[in-house]
Amino acid sequence: MSTAPILAVTGNQAVAMAMKQIDPDLVAAYPITPQTDVVQQFSEFVADGLVNTEFVTVESEHSAMSACVGSASTGARTMTATSSAGFALMWEMLYIAASMRVPIVMTTVNRALSGPINIHCDHSDTMGGRDTGWMQIYNEDAQEAYDATIMGFPIAEHKDVRLPLMNMYDGFIISGAIGPLQALDDEQVKQFIGEAPTYPGLLDSEHPITVGPFDGLHGYYFEAKMTQQQAMDNALGVIQETYDRFAALTGRQYQHLMKYKMDDADIAIVVANSAAGNTRNVVDALRAEGIKAGAIKLRTFRPFPAAEYAEALAGCKAVGVMDRADSFGALGGPLYLEILATLYQYGASPKVGNFIYGLGGREIYPHDIERAFRMLKDAADGAELPKSRVYLNAKGA
Amino acid sequence: MKWEIADIQQWPPGKHELGHAIPEAGNSCSYKTGGWRSERPIRDEEVCTQCLFCYFYCPDSSVIVQGQKVVAFDLDHCKGCGICAAECPADAITMHLETDFHDDGEEE
Repeated sequence: MSTAPILAVTGNQAVAMAMKQIDPDLVAAYPITPQTDVVQQFSEFVADGLVNTEFVTVESEHSAMSACVGSASTGARTMTATSSAGFALMWEMLYIAASMRVPIVMTTVNRALSGPINIHCDHSDTMGGRDTGWMQIYNEDAQEAYDATIMGFPIAEHKDVRLPLMNMYDGFIISGAIGPLQALDDEQVKQFIGEAPTYPGLLDSEHPITVGPFDGLHGYYFEAKMTQQQAMDNALGVIQETYDRFAALTGRQYQHLMKYKMDDADIAIVVANSAAGNTRNVVDALRAEGIKAGAIKLRTFRPFPAAEYAEALAGCKAVGVMDRADSFGALGGPLYLEILATLYQYGASPKVGNFIYGLGGREIYPHDIERAFRMLKDAADGAELPKSRVYLNAKGA
Repeated sequence: MKWEIADIQQWPPGKHELGHAIPEAGNSCSYKTGGWRSERPIRDEEVCTQCLFCYFYCPDSSVIVQGQKVVAFDLDHCKGCGICAAECPADAITMHLETDFHDDGEEE
């Protein structure tokens, strides 16, 4: 286990610290709540000469991601951060970054998308971005966010992956609240991430290349998309290897999905980010009653570790999936759809319910999660689960 | 490095460069965009003063100049925007519908 002192920092401070230790070649960013103080703090490190980073202030997030794509196309280690509407404004360039296979590492602090205008936490932004071709890793707290930032480049730059990666954590709940952090030494970080690999880049005037060209002459867009999926398949193993290598250094072992009391669980809830802590507490309370409850915390969402979910949930009688975002007009929320499809494809057949919670920062209390578990318990005992969404802590519901 | 693509139509997904980069630069001239053109510029040699305005204004570098004189338009890349005709101070350039030309380049 790590003997590093425990610091009291906000989630945003933790990530800014990690970025300082990584010392990327370039950061291009635009402020947006609740991400702003990640890059604001980082800009102070730049101003104080504590990093060697070229810090590019831009006029929008579309420009921020455009600058990042250009920078990463030279082989420069490139980072940025955003939230919500800023993430939405990056949309076009997110696909371009992924298809050009540039290993940008971005922090996305989860915040609702308007409207009504709302600055608080939910996962509408990045859940909407799940098909952009970026790897997505969801984090519960400041420590996880810090650790995931350190692990970003070894995953994204790996020769079998070479995809951009985004790390998420909950706006305000984690970004602005103070929590414990055990940081690595600068030297440990430097050794863990190593030197950036070299690849044909835009600044090599001896060997000029063309990046991001039109495919119209030869029509290889279709095949390009196939290679992106192949890289995602490869990433599944590379991410776990990186988690394992990080565990050897710190004692903090991450998995694609973090199982809690799942070995003999009859009922289980799958949940992402900060609500996982309360979910585990409710599991403990139910276990004290003799109810075999368990929980799975989502970490790696893209690529999606379907086989691992199928194995983890196969023994359950009823599963609840908590979504802090909705997919309007679909059968349910995005995580629910993913779990439901996985269970069908792998032939596991627990009952599955969808619990929508926390939209626009709505509080999620232990008794709300307990309500979901009670419904799962009833379902395990023979009752039917609703086939439509169950809203937790909605007014009048 | 030359991009050898004689059989590119048969390339499987893994054969392209990572991110579908092209391992050479300056290759846009190999993409012939003349087929997008609906109107073709025709220059009247008798009226042309060789001021070269068309050469400087052409957004597609499709005015061919040799020995400081306009000699032709590069019809493989001219998209028929008509800027040359609009800017010509001598009104030596006129735009003509592509459908009025035969395959041999002669106007009907």
